[in-house]
Amino acid sequence: MLTITDLTKTYPTGTAALKGVSFSISEPQVVAIIGPSGSGKSTLIRCINRLIEPTSGSVVLENLNITKLGRRQLRKARRRMGMIFQEYNLVERLTVMENALSGRLGYVSFWQAFRRKFPPEDVSKAFQLLDRVGLEGYHDTRADALSGGERQRVGIARALMQNPALLLVDEPTASLDPKTSRQVMRLLVELSKEFGTLTLVNIHDVGLAQMFADRIIGLRLGEVVFDGTADQVTEQVLTDIYGEEDWSATIRKIPEGDDEDEDEGEATAKAAS
Amino acid sequence: MTTANQAQNSQNNVPVPREWHTIKLIQNPYYRYGLIVATIAYFIFALTTLEVDWSRIYTGLPRAGDIFVRMVPPDFSRWSLLTRGILESVQIALAASFFGMILAIPLGLCGARNLVPKPVYLVARSIIVLTRSFHEIIIAIFFVKIFGFGPLAGVLTLIVASTNFIAKMLAEDIENMPAGQLEAIRATGASFPKLLIYCISPQALPRYLGVSIYRLDANIRHSTVVGIVGAGGIGQVLAATFTRYDYDFSLAILMCIVGLVFVGEFFSNWVRGRLR
Repeated sequence: MLTITDLTKTYPTGTAALKGVSFSISEPQVVAIIGPSGSGKSTLIRCINRLIEPTSGSVVLENLNITKLGRRQLRKARRRMGMIFQEYNLVERLTVMENALSGRLGYVSFWQAFRRKFPPEDVSKAFQLLDRVGLEGYHDTRADALSGGERQRVGIARALMQNPALLLVDEPTASLDPKTSRQVMRLLVELSKEFGTLTLVNIHDVGLAQMFADRIIGLRLGEVVFDGTADQVTEQVLTDIYGEEDWSATIRKIPEGDDEDEDEGEATAKAAS
Repeated sequence: MTTANQAQNSQNNVPVPREWHTIKLIQNPYYRYGLIVATIAYFIFALTTLEVDWSRIYTGLPRAGDIFVRMVPPDFSRWSLLTRGILESVQIALAASFFGMILAIPLGLCGARNLVPKPVYLVARSIIVLTRSFHEIIIAIFFVKIFGFGPLAGVLTLIVASTNFIAKMLAEDIENMPAGQLEAIRATGASFPKLLIYCISPQALPRYLGVSIYRLDANIRHSTVVGIVGAGGIGQVLAATFTRYDYDFSLAILMCIVGLVFVGEFFSNWVRGRLR
């Protein structure tokens, strides 16, 4: 459903952020993209919905060649690609509900957006999603009054409001504490399964990637150096991606080993976030 | 063994005195002190070339005293002329602020580098810089020459001044917006107009209103000034009293201007306080 072929991006400064990235994903699943800072993870994600214009190569989502689209068609295609950010990127002065509904901006008319008169089904879907991400009762709270974990939950709700086929997730947990990180990642993975989306997650934390991803792609200096399942990530693989280091403590040993705080997660989700 | 080593180490590491200074603004001491000496030298030079005509100051002082004596008590007897002037000034300020607020929106948006293509940005910024480079008085003289004496010239002057002031603030405010929010809304597939009303306007609105109210306050002050060159309002009345040596009426007008500015300032602070 997503095929990326020979994608390159060279910035005007001459930096080659992507040097011919290719991979293909045929079914909805969670794919983690790992790699050191500057390996091109963020550029890759943004080249898919063309927030950054790729230099060459193609991105094909559900038989639609994104890289060939005109501006209007691109906007239409972006509706099917939800995006979640490290810094949440909510519109700070708007309420939680308005932020969630901003996921529908590609679907409603200008006047509907101007008057904040969204179709009733959108509003009830937003309520459902806000409840689902653990923010019931928060709909009239302004986004700048929320904690990091709460903001990221709004970010997730906004992305899912788009009814996306593809979720592009850029370092969702890098600004969160370890516990909130896990809760957010778990929520993201659960919802991806529920909504049947393909989810591409840029993530620094190799442990979290192994814990939650069906497939892991390793980037180094703009090139794919690893593509496989979580179990196939060995110390040698991490050395290939990140360089020489003692990786023995990073590799996940027992699949469900460090999950002990997960069951209480749902109950304490709101309190902790 | 290790403790012995550590002990020996710390003995060997007798702290060597090392110097540290903050980085000076001008590194080279010759330039640094040279600049200070040059500044003082210029100051002395400027003082010596300043031709102060002490005799004129000497004869001027009693005249100033005379004016002040003739100013008191202030003469409020021509209150209808006074209130008409004040009202005209307030109307000039209100009208100019209102049109300035409206015109500043397109100009401000076009002046924000992160929103528009470079040529549009450059044109908008040029307009802002160009109109800012002339003082209100100069613009007022220009409009008085075109449209004649009266409030129309004053309104137009202050519209120009308000527009570029609010537009500049708006443009800078938008440029300082975190790029992430714009990116996120663009990523939903929203068009530019939707980006404008859903992301930019809620983020920029409170400051835009604050700046506009501040400008209204400033316009009340400026409206009294542009009147002096004939652009209507209480300033024009004030200028007339000076030429006719009606100093007691002048004082009455000045007192009213102080009161008016005071009220404007108070109102502006009150509104901006509520906008937070």
